[in-house]
Amino acid sequence: MPRWTPLAVAALLALVPLLPLSSYLMHIFILVIMWAIIGMAWNLLGGYTGLVSFGHAAFFGLGAYSAGVVYQRLGWSGWWGLPVAVVVVALFSLVMGIVVLRLRGPYFNLSTLAIGEVLRVTAQNLDKLTQGDLGILLKHRSWTDKQNFYWVILLLALGTFYAIKALVGSRLGYYFVAIREDQDAAESLGIDTTLYKTIALTVSGVLTGLAGAFYFNYMGYIDPKVVFDLPGISILAIMIVMVGGAATQTGPLVGSLIMVLLAEWVRSIPKLGAAHMSVFGVLLILIIIFLPNGLVGDFGKIRRLFAGKKAS
Amino acid sequence: MTALLDVRGVSRFFGGLAALSDVSFTVEKGEILGLIGPNGAGKTTMFNVVNGFYRPSQGEVFFKGQRISGLKPHQICQRGLARTFQVVKPLQRMSTLDNVVASAFLRSKTKAAALKKAEEILRFTGLWEERDMISRGLPLGSRKRLEIARALATEPDLLLLDEACAGLNPTELEESIEIIRKIKERGITIMIIEHHMKVIMAISDRIVVLTYGQKLAEGTPEQIRGNAQVVKAYLGDGDED
Repeated sequence: MPRWTPLAVAALLALVPLLPLSSYLMHIFILVIMWAIIGMAWNLLGGYTGLVSFGHAAFFGLGAYSAGVVYQRLGWSGWWGLPVAVVVVALFSLVMGIVVLRLRGPYFNLSTLAIGEVLRVTAQNLDKLTQGDLGILLKHRSWTDKQNFYWVILLLALGTFYAIKALVGSRLGYYFVAIREDQDAAESLGIDTTLYKTIALTVSGVLTGLAGAFYFNYMGYIDPKVVFDLPGISILAIMIVMVGGAATQTGPLVGSLIMVLLAEWVRSIPKLGAAHMSVFGVLLILIIIFLPNGLVGDFGKIRRLFAGKKAS
Repeated sequence: MTALLDVRGVSRFFGGLAALSDVSFTVEKGEILGLIGPNGAGKTTMFNVVNGFYRPSQGEVFFKGQRISGLKPHQICQRGLARTFQVVKPLQRMSTLDNVVASAFLRSKTKAAALKKAEEILRFTGLWEERDMISRGLPLGSRKRLEIARALATEPDLLLLDEACAGLNPTELEESIEIIRKIKERGITIMIIEHHMKVIMAISDRIVVLTYGQKLAEGTPEQIRGNAQVVKAYLGDGDED
């Protein structure tokens, strides 16, 4: 992929709001791009470094509440939530890392799951800060139409894409993959595995937190059950990367497009709509069996399949 | 002159079992020290203690005059002590080249420098032709050499080789012995665990023999060959290795 391709794609995408699209379609575009950011962030930790997190809702929710709390309690603009989220989530990741990065394999996975849930319950009960289950309502959103929100999230996504691209191609990227492939070998080759795992966790968390802070400003309402949701946030982040392709640069983008569209479509089907998580579950099983490297990772396999059909 | 590696009274217990008890020896700069003994004698445990995976239950390890027991493996590697694994641990889904680049970064400031270093090491170990292969797909002989290449890329002063020749066919064996000799010519000190008596007798300057976690004997290959206790330890137990 030439260096300018992502920039060209972003430039084309930047023109989308100029088309006469319905507000609903713009909403879908914004969601796809926001989830692409979360997917890229999750992929850095889960795909490249091999630390599969079941608790990215913790970062998303913390980011959302960073924005919500500075707005509600300090009276600042919700957009200050973005820089505040960076600081809050970075500090949280460092502390979380001390606990969870000592654990390996399933124990790490389960501890991240627990942390996501612990934060949800904490947010529900810390009324004085979060207003608990009442949630936080943004009385005046910055813009009434969607195009400015779209450009903000597109810019964030472009920054995330290039940041991760640079990271993965550098010394850090090699170290992340080395840790994923064999932590003992990496350690004995002079790689400070604790340090580099902490870096991966923090960067992944901060990027997810930024998406959360954007979410508050865009949606205008958050409550703990939504932004700390296990299936709706943590599991969806995993699905996006698994469907698109773990440890690939474009996988999370493809995965986000498919999953957001699929979610919208399934929800609109009468009767089946309520069971959309079951549909996702079946899809995940099929992906793991037939395309374990996701659509991008197994692209060669898919192409061969179609080429084979034509030939016969 | 102080020894490059100085193992002083090291014991390591697992529950009630003493995998190593009060073992002392030194490795002098520039030599090849062979570490031999029947299965379960504690050879790999000794490597794990020296390399930092295990803390010694008692005793201390000094490297270049500094105490290293208690440090983490990556800190010990940074001080110039690298190892290979008996059960090879290639970074499976990385290419052969990327495996070596990942460890070459330890002493390289830039990616270009790491790539250059990796190329030199891969040519040295005869793996350059296989550089683009995913390391999971390499034949065993190449994977064993990749272990050595990766360790060399960290530019060690002391290299611990854990059965780098086990399971190789005669041709691969010759190649590996040649590589080990060339590593010594580069000025790198080597401590090697090996079951092949021919190999160990041919390349070692000195040999340390372990049985049941204790040091049984130490000396030149000739002295070890003539040591009645060593012969008994190997032949008396019906262990023909």
